[in-house]
Amino acid sequence: MKLFGPAELAALPADKFFTQLSASLSDGGRAAAYFASPADGGRRLCAALAHDRAGRLELLLSEPLSDGFPSLTPRFPQLHLFEREIFELSGLRPEGHPWLKPVRYPAGGPDPGTGDFFRVHGPEVHEVAVGPVHAGVIEPGHFRFQCHGENVFHLEIALGYQHRGVERALSAGPGARSMHYAETLAGDTTIGHAWAYCGALEALSGCAVPPRAQVLRGVLLELERLANHTGDLGALSGDVAYLPTASFCGRLRGEYLNMTALICGNRFGRNALRPGGVDFDLEPARAAELLRRLEDVFRDTEGAVSLLWDTASVTERFENTGPVSRADAAALGLVGPAARASGVDIDTRRDFPYGPYSRYDPPKPGRGDVYARAYMRWDEIIRSVRLIRGWLASLPAGPLTAPCGAPASDSAAVSLVESWRGQVCHAAFTGPGGGFLGYKVVDPSFHNWQGLALALRGGQISDFPLCNKSFNLSYCGHDL
Amino acid sequence: MFKELIERFRQGHRTAPFPPGPEKFSDRYLGLPRLTGAPLAKAAAACPVGALSAADSALDMGRCLFCGACAKADPAAVEFTRDHRLSSGSREGLVLGSGGTFRASGEAPPDLRRLFGRSFRLRQVSAGGCNACEADCNVLGTLAFDLGRFGVQFVASPRHADGLLVTGPVTKNMELALRKTYDATPGPKLVIACGACAVSGGPYAGHAETLGGAAAVVPVDMFIPGCPPHPYTILDGILRLINGDIV
Ligand code: SF4
Repeated sequence: MKLFGPAELAALPADKFFTQLSASLSDGGRAAAYFASPADGGRRLCAALAHDRAGRLELLLSEPLSDGFPSLTPRFPQLHLFEREIFELSGLRPEGHPWLKPVRYPAGGPDPGTGDFFRVHGPEVHEVAVGPVHAGVIEPGHFRFQCHGENVFHLEIALGYQHRGVERALSAGPGARSMHYAETLAGDTTIGHAWAYCGALEALSGCAVPPRAQVLRGVLLELERLANHTGDLGALSGDVAYLPTASFCGRLRGEYLNMTALICGNRFGRNALRPGGVDFDLEPARAAELLRRLEDVFRDTEGAVSLLWDTASVTERFENTGPVSRADAAALGLVGPAARASGVDIDTRRDFPYGPYSRYDPPKPGRGDVYARAYMRWDEIIRSVRLIRGWLASLPAGPLTAPCGAPASDSAAVSLVESWRGQVCHAAFTGPGGGFLGYKVVDPSFHNWQGLALALRGGQISDFPLCNKSFNLSYCGHDL
Repeated sequence: MFKELIERFRQGHRTAPFPPGPEKFSDRYLGLPRLTGAPLAKAAAACPVGALSAADSALDMGRCLFCGACAKADPAAVEFTRDHRLSSGSREGLVLGSGGTFRASGEAPPDLRRLFGRSFRLRQVSAGGCNACEADCNVLGTLAFDLGRFGVQFVASPRHADGLLVTGPVTKNMELALRKTYDATPGPKLVIACGACAVSGGPYAGHAETLGGAAAVVPVDMFIPGCPPHPYTILDGILRLINGDIV
């Protein structure tokens, strides 16, 4: 959660901006966010660059631009979707972008899922189109596979069906609904996004969140991770037709959600976080009950999940399926467990410590296949349980909330939170009165969808569900 | 094989009885709201989505996010019970007046209950929203809720379905897909609008990118409020639709 005061928001002339952006990206910087925001006389580009290993966050701003700008995607593929989004939202055209298509198909443009798709030509090549309405109880998206028999040459993913104007509405804040917008950016990441939103506001208003609230936020965030990782391991198991773990984990995921409900009444952690702190206390009796349940459920999780690693028919399907190389993962700017599973050693909890996190030690990086992504989830489950145990053993006393006043004017705040899918980035810019000039949300899925597409290359179309579950990306978090 | 059996033995039988006992809900769970009759002005001012009307002394559960801000602002005016049964067959049925008692409703006509009472297949359409409602529908398929024991199942194709369960405010980008899915479902069919978004647009009510709920596109037979509704609220709504007043 970093505040940038008016003095740190000097705009660079366009040529300097792109030189500096290229230099930072070549130097190992990762675009946590890259977007256009309104400025006097047009739109300016803003890049929030995370130098993960150095723990340094850099904010670059350009002077207002009026039409086009040079696309850096050919050199830095991690910018590909950011530049498409800039074009869609601001009309500033990234000249030389190799695949300048809509991102969310807002009204007034082409219908979602229409237009050009990347095509492979040849006598035996065929195309498979899936969605927007899928077979399961899941969100809508459109998938185009270019296939040769069972083999996938290329997968293109077209989203935007969940586009409901939530980022646009957030930009008009802060207001009565802002907190609820944040909590519903991606429902399964309620705590992750709520924390990022609160973090941005708190940075802007100079509010110091009390230690007890910080720890309680940490407990909720790790419970969210536990629920989702456990649920996904069950779903992966179901996708290779290994039903014991699938049914165990289906229940266990619910038990973790119920622990969140024990704290705040809602299984997803709605209304638990508010700017300044948390809205619910964890009294000693409740903390004891939470710990008791956590130990029980973790024991069952361990029993259910260890079956996976001991079952040859499971590991055989997980291993070497959907590989993403370290180089590709880094070039695409993947985040979260998907990145770590491919050997990209980044984790916001260690690189940009916030709240109660200090000296977090992420699991060893993996080798990039479904197995690695699954095992990474398990490794993180173990660590989340350890974190919660440690926090509950020495819960700081003190208030649950501190006053969070009006945001500083003409400032910016960038807020980074490691949600279960990876880094959530919120960037807020305020105008002269402290109201938002712009509010940018980057869900980890925004970085990672292209990773899923790449995982399918050269694989079998029948591996799609398995690869998809191993990433389990958010449609609504992407579509905003 | 033995490992699986040992683990199965250790974890035991986990399917929960229905209807659920109060122990299934957190003591902080916010269920059915109640208006005490005190003036609502203060509580209404705290509501982020305009679900409370001081002029009409009413609370529209269809819009409500169950955030509790109203009860916090004025505990003398709004209270929350832990009753999870919230469904209604009509949109107006979700509007609570002060003092009145709410009774969950929404049973389908007798001929449809005869038809679907023991076997009801639903196609879920996610049309905007945040995926929390979908998650709480998915959870009904786990062994804890065991939806199948009621003869209800989510199916892969509208062609196999007896009805739709719609979540989300229906974005403009999903309007066509929802319409097509509805048309592809053979009649007679029933439609459930699940969650604040599908009922009223939820937190996105008024957004130009959305249509403000499922009823803007398809006829709705059952409204289930909540943001998201508790899985037991959804289950109660589905069963009430096909079986009438069961509990
Ligand atoms: S609980 Fe419902 S009525 Fe009360 S403030 Fe929240 S949204 Fe409004």
